[in-house]
Amino acid sequence: MNSALVPLPIVIPLFAAALTVMFGRFRRVQQVISIAALLSVVAVSVALLFEADEHAVVKMDAGGWAAPLGITYVVDRLAGIMLVTSSLMLLVVKIYAIGQKGVADRHVGFAPIYLVLAAGVSASFITGDMFNLFVSFEMMLAASYVLLTLGGRQDQVRAGMTYVVISLVFSAMFITALALLYAATGTINMADLAERMPELSGGVRSGFSLLLILVFGIKAGLFPLFFWLPDSYPTAPGPVTAIFAGLLTKVGVYAIIRTQTLLFPPESQQGTALLIIGGLTMVFGVLGALAQDDLKRLLSFHIIGQIGYMIFGLGLFTVAGITAVVFYISQTIIVKTNLFLVAGLVDRHAGSSRISRVGGLVRSAPIIAVFFAVPALSLAGLPPSPGFAGKFSLIDAGVSAEQWLIVAVALVVSLLTLFSVTKVWSGAFWGDPESAPALDEGRTHGGPPLMVFATSITVGLSIAYVVFAGPIFELAERAGSDLMDPSVYVDAVLGGGGQ
Amino acid sequence: MSVLLALTAAVLFGLGTWLLLQRRLTRIVVGLGLIGHGTNILLLTSGGGGGLPPVIGTGDEQAFADPLPQALALTAIVITFGVTAFLLAMAYRSWQLTHDDVVADDLEDRLIERRRGQDDVDDIEASDLEAASDSSDDDEDEHDDGDDEHDDDGGELEANRDRETAGEQEGERS
Repeated sequence: MNSALVPLPIVIPLFAAALTVMFGRFRRVQQVISIAALLSVVAVSVALLFEADEHAVVKMDAGGWAAPLGITYVVDRLAGIMLVTSSLMLLVVKIYAIGQKGVADRHVGFAPIYLVLAAGVSASFITGDMFNLFVSFEMMLAASYVLLTLGGRQDQVRAGMTYVVISLVFSAMFITALALLYAATGTINMADLAERMPELSGGVRSGFSLLLILVFGIKAGLFPLFFWLPDSYPTAPGPVTAIFAGLLTKVGVYAIIRTQTLLFPPESQQGTALLIIGGLTMVFGVLGALAQDDLKRLLSFHIIGQIGYMIFGLGLFTVAGITAVVFYISQTIIVKTNLFLVAGLVDRHAGSSRISRVGGLVRSAPIIAVFFAVPALSLAGLPPSPGFAGKFSLIDAGVSAEQWLIVAVALVVSLLTLFSVTKVWSGAFWGDPESAPALDEGRTHGGPPLMVFATSITVGLSIAYVVFAGPIFELAERAGSDLMDPSVYVDAVLGGGGQ
Repeated sequence: MSVLLALTAAVLFGLGTWLLLQRRLTRIVVGLGLIGHGTNILLLTSGGGGGLPPVIGTGDEQAFADPLPQALALTAIVITFGVTAFLLAMAYRSWQLTHDDVVADDLEDRLIERRRGQDDVDDIEASDLEAASDSSDDDEDEHDDGDDEHDDDGGELEANRDRETAGEQEGERS
C-alpha cells in the first residue's frame, strides 16, 4: 500500500530547519516555524498510524525505484506508534525549551538543530533499508552532539567528548556490521535481507544476530555498554536531556526489535542472550540509581533500568512478549520525558537538582510535586499508572513463557525502583521548605508558564494513556503479531509493485 | 589480494582501538580516523573483487565492479569526516578552557566514591576532592581545580543565569 504521507515526517522538519536558519536573526519567527513544523509532523504521524493500522504496512519507494534496489520507506504499526509518540514528545519539549529562556532562546542554532534531530528520529523509524538506518542514526546523533555541547561549558565539553567518542565507535561498528551483512547476503534492504538470511549457515546467522545486538546495544544502553549514558546525559541543558532520555535510547531499542524480529528466523533469534542481558541491565540500572544524589543522574540510571525491561520483553520472543514491549515503549517515552522536564523545573525552582540539598517542594511548589508524582507512579509500576499496565503485561508474558528467573528479577527490580522513587520523594518533596535554599518565597506556581504547560501536557498524556489503555493495548497486539510474522512486512515491501 | 586487504583492515582496527584508549583527545581522534579507514576498507572488500568501472553500456556487465559498496563507502567517509571535524572543534574548545585536551574524569563518580566513607550525606565541597583524586594523569592536577569547580557549579550556573534573565523579564513587565 503506497502512501504519499510516508516521507513527510522527515521532509517537513528538514525543510523547516532550513527556514529557521534563514530567519536566524528573528527568534520569534524561528520559534513559530519550529512549532508549526512539529505540529504538522504530529498530525502526519497520527494519519500514518491510522493508515498503517488499516493496511498493516504503508510504504513508499524513494525515487520510484522498486525495492530491493531502491530505498524503501515503510510504516507498519510499530513504526506508526513510535512516530506518534516521538513527534508528540518533540513538540512538547520544544514548547518547554521556548519557555525556559535559557540556551534554547539565546542560541541561533538551537531551533535548526532540534528540527534536524526530529527529522533523524523520524527517519530512523520509517526507513526500510539498513544503510539508510545508519544515515538516519547519524543525522540524529550529529544533531545530538551539537545539542549536548551547546553553550560550550567545561562540563559540557567533557561530557560531550565521552558521548561523541562512544557514538563514533558505535558508527564504526555499525558500518562494519553492514559491510559484513552485504558481503554475506548481497543486499541491505531489510525485507530482502529477511528473505536471504535463511540461506546463510546457522553460525553466521547467529554471529550477525549478536553483532547487531552489540551495535544497537551501545545506543540503547544495554549492559555492559551503558556506562556512557549517565556520564553524558545530565550535563546537557534541561530540555535537551529530556528529549535525549525520551527518544535516543528508544530508537536503539526499536532498531533491536526490528532487526531481531524481521531479519532473523526463529532459530537465530537470541532469546536467551537477550533475557540475560535484559536482566543484568535492569539490575545495574536500578542499583546505579539508588546510589545517586543528583536527580538527573538518578533518572539517567532509571532510563537504563527501563531499557532492561524492554529487552526482557523482547527476549521472550512470543506474541505476548512483543505486544508488552510495544505497549511499554510508548508509555516509557512519555514518562521519562515527563520526569526529566520535572527535574528541570525542580532545578529552576530550588537552585539545585541534588536531592540532599532540596526539600519541601510539596509546600513550596505543589504543582511540581504533582507533576513528579504521576510519572513516578509509572516508574515504580504502581496502579493506576500506564507503567503498571506495561509492567503487568510484561510479567504476564514472562509467566506465560515460563521464564521464572527473569520474572523474579523484574519484580525485585520493580521493588527497588519503588524504593528509589520514595527516596527522591521524601528527600526532595517531603520535609520542611525552610531547609531548602528556596529563592522565591511564595512562588507556588512552579515556574514559567510555558514550561509548566509543557510538563502538564506530558502528565495529561500519561493519564490519557491509562484511560485509553484498552484500545492502545489492542493496537499493540496487532503490532506484536505482525512483528512475529515478518512475511506481512516482506510481502508488502517486495511483493506488489504498484498496489 | 583480499587477504592483504583484510589484514590491512585488521591492523587499522587494532591500532585505532589502542589509540582510542588513550587520554588525549587528539590521539583519540587519530584512532577514530584509523578505525574509520578500516571500516571503509571492509566496505570496499564486501563488494567482491575489482572490475571494470560500472558505467552502463561500456562493457560486459558481469565484469563490472560492484557500485553499491562504493556509494556506501563514500557516504560513510563523508559522515565520519563531518563528525571528526566536530570532535576537533571540541578539542580546541577544551584547550581554550583548560589548556589541555585530556578527557577528564567524571566528578559525580568521585563524589560517590568519597561519600562511601561517610555515614550521612553531607554537602561535599568539590574543592576537597582535588586532594583525593587519584585516577587522573600526572600532568592533570592543575586543571583539575578548574574542572572540579566548573563541574559542580555547571548546572547551578545555568540555573542562576536562567533565573537572572527571568528576573529581568519580570522586572521589565512590571
